[in-house]
Amino acid sequence: MLKVDNVNVFYGHIHAIRDVSIEAKDSQIVSIVGANGAGKSTLMMTIAGVLKKSSGSISFDGELLPAEPHKILAKGVCLVPERRRLYANLTVRENLLAGAYLRKDKAAIQEDMEEMFSLFPILKQRFKQYAGTLSGGEQQMLAIARGLMSRPKLLMLDEPSLGLAPMLVQQVFDTICNVRDRGTTIFMTEQNASDALAISDYAYVLETGRITLSGSGKEVLENPEVQKAYLGIKQEQS
Amino acid sequence: MWNYIEGILCLALISVISVLGLTVFTGFTGMFSMGHAAFIAIGAYTASILTSKAHANFYLALALGGLMSGFVSLIIGYPTLRAKLQNDYFAIATLGFGEAVRVILENLKITNGARGLVGIPARSTFLNILLITVLLTIITAHYVYSKYGRQSVAIREDHVAAEMMGINLFTVRLRALFFSAVMAGIGGGLYAHYVNFIQPSMFTSTQSTTLIAAVVAGGMGSITGPFVAMLIFSALPEILRVADMWRLVAYGLILVLIMVLRPQGIFGYKELNFKFVKRWIKKIRAKKPALPAEGGDA
Ligand SMILES: Nc1ncnc2c1ncn2[C@@H]1O[C@H](COP(=O)(O)OP(=O)(O)OP(=O)(O)O)[C@@H](O)[C@H]1O
Ligand SMILES: [Mg+2]
Repeated sequence: MLKVDNVNVFYGHIHAIRDVSIEAKDSQIVSIVGANGAGKSTLMMTIAGVLKKSSGSISFDGELLPAEPHKILAKGVCLVPERRRLYANLTVRENLLAGAYLRKDKAAIQEDMEEMFSLFPILKQRFKQYAGTLSGGEQQMLAIARGLMSRPKLLMLDEPSLGLAPMLVQQVFDTICNVRDRGTTIFMTEQNASDALAISDYAYVLETGRITLSGSGKEVLENPEVQKAYLGIKQEQS
Repeated sequence: MWNYIEGILCLALISVISVLGLTVFTGFTGMFSMGHAAFIAIGAYTASILTSKAHANFYLALALGGLMSGFVSLIIGYPTLRAKLQNDYFAIATLGFGEAVRVILENLKITNGARGLVGIPARSTFLNILLITVLLTIITAHYVYSKYGRQSVAIREDHVAAEMMGINLFTVRLRALFFSAVMAGIGGGLYAHYVNFIQPSMFTSTQSTTLIAAVVAGGMGSITGPFVAMLIFSALPEILRVADMWRLVAYGLILVLIMVLRPQGIFGYKELNFKFVKRWIKKIRAKKPALPAEGGDA
């Protein structure tokens, strides 16, 4: 479904993404793990069209993705950016409606709103509350729900567990699994490597702009290098 | 006396028209332009040349002056907004643009160079300036409360989020720039036909800065604020005339005071409209019955 082929991205002279190729198949959860500054957000923003790649190709459902973000969203690729970026002075409901900005089908938008409330019951109680007054976990739920309101085929989540307590992290990941089960493909980046890898169908490790390892979530999780670098587990000296 | 007040009011209202345009671009879309005097100049010159050399209808000339400014704004806006220049870089680009336009006007034959155009017919009267200001204020309010206005605010609040929602940053910003340039152009046309003489040195970056100051001091995200602020800014030099040499100091002091006391601007994110007045009256009414009750208890 999503195919990134040999993509390079520069910030001026900084070569942030180097020959990265990744793939996400239908109804999978695909993760990218990597340290701070590895280029995870850069890769996501490039796929979403916010940043321009200098070479390589990105295709979706067999077609090359257009260059501008709003056209990419119209194709069904939606990014929930790092730090959520909700409209703090709009209510939960208004934020959800903003997510459906490109859609014209009013009745279906209302239905989807109800569906978001069954997926995220906490949002129903906070319906009229300003997004800026929600807790971190609630904000993350709202950010994901807002992304889903555009009815994406591929939902990209940049660090969905950022700044959340361990219990909330689990809740967010459970929801992500639910979303996948509804048939939406998920492509996410995470610092919380162990939790993310546990639910991933496929995973990539990104290091200073390069993919250094890939495999099923389980394989990557069990890789000794990954355990040492991202999970803080020391190998027994034997 | 009335003549004197009328004169000040006319010039103040003409400035208000240009500020209304900048309000849409800066106050609602969140982009800073330091070259709006250029759009005023383009409107002024276009309209004046049309009426004095081609004997065109005044209102047609005003409209064409506005459109000419709008057209030029597309030329400067297309490359800069397409490249998604950051706010400060964009402001610098418009600053350069403003100066460039002034230099071009100084060197063209049709504008009579630095000596300027004289004998522009006196077509701007208090009445038509007032009517045009009212009309353009209503149009600006409609723009701001339309889909376009909401898109603008979404971008001002968070342009990445807006882009992720599917808003096309480029078209929304360019549309706001175009609107603001047309308004500035119309203001310029009115100005030229009021003072009957224009020259390039009248349209400097100082004027652009005053416009921005009015928007910021009046309040971002408000039409009322910049409107009121521009009226004050225009009238202030006259009121302070008695203070003579302290005039400019007082002017700066007032600006600083506004920013210290009300950092969000006089009317930041608020409007003085029927809804506001209604709520205000309700508030006063709600307070009144409470007073006798208190008195009764005591
Ligand atoms: N706007 C920018 N200008 C210049 N360099 C940038 C810019 N944004 C990011 N970089 C650099 O690009 C590299 C990758 O950044 P990126 O934000 O993609 O990392 P990340 O993997 O998302 O990190 P984190 O886990 O901290 O979010 C970093 O070295 C960063 O310093
Ligand atoms: Mg990041």
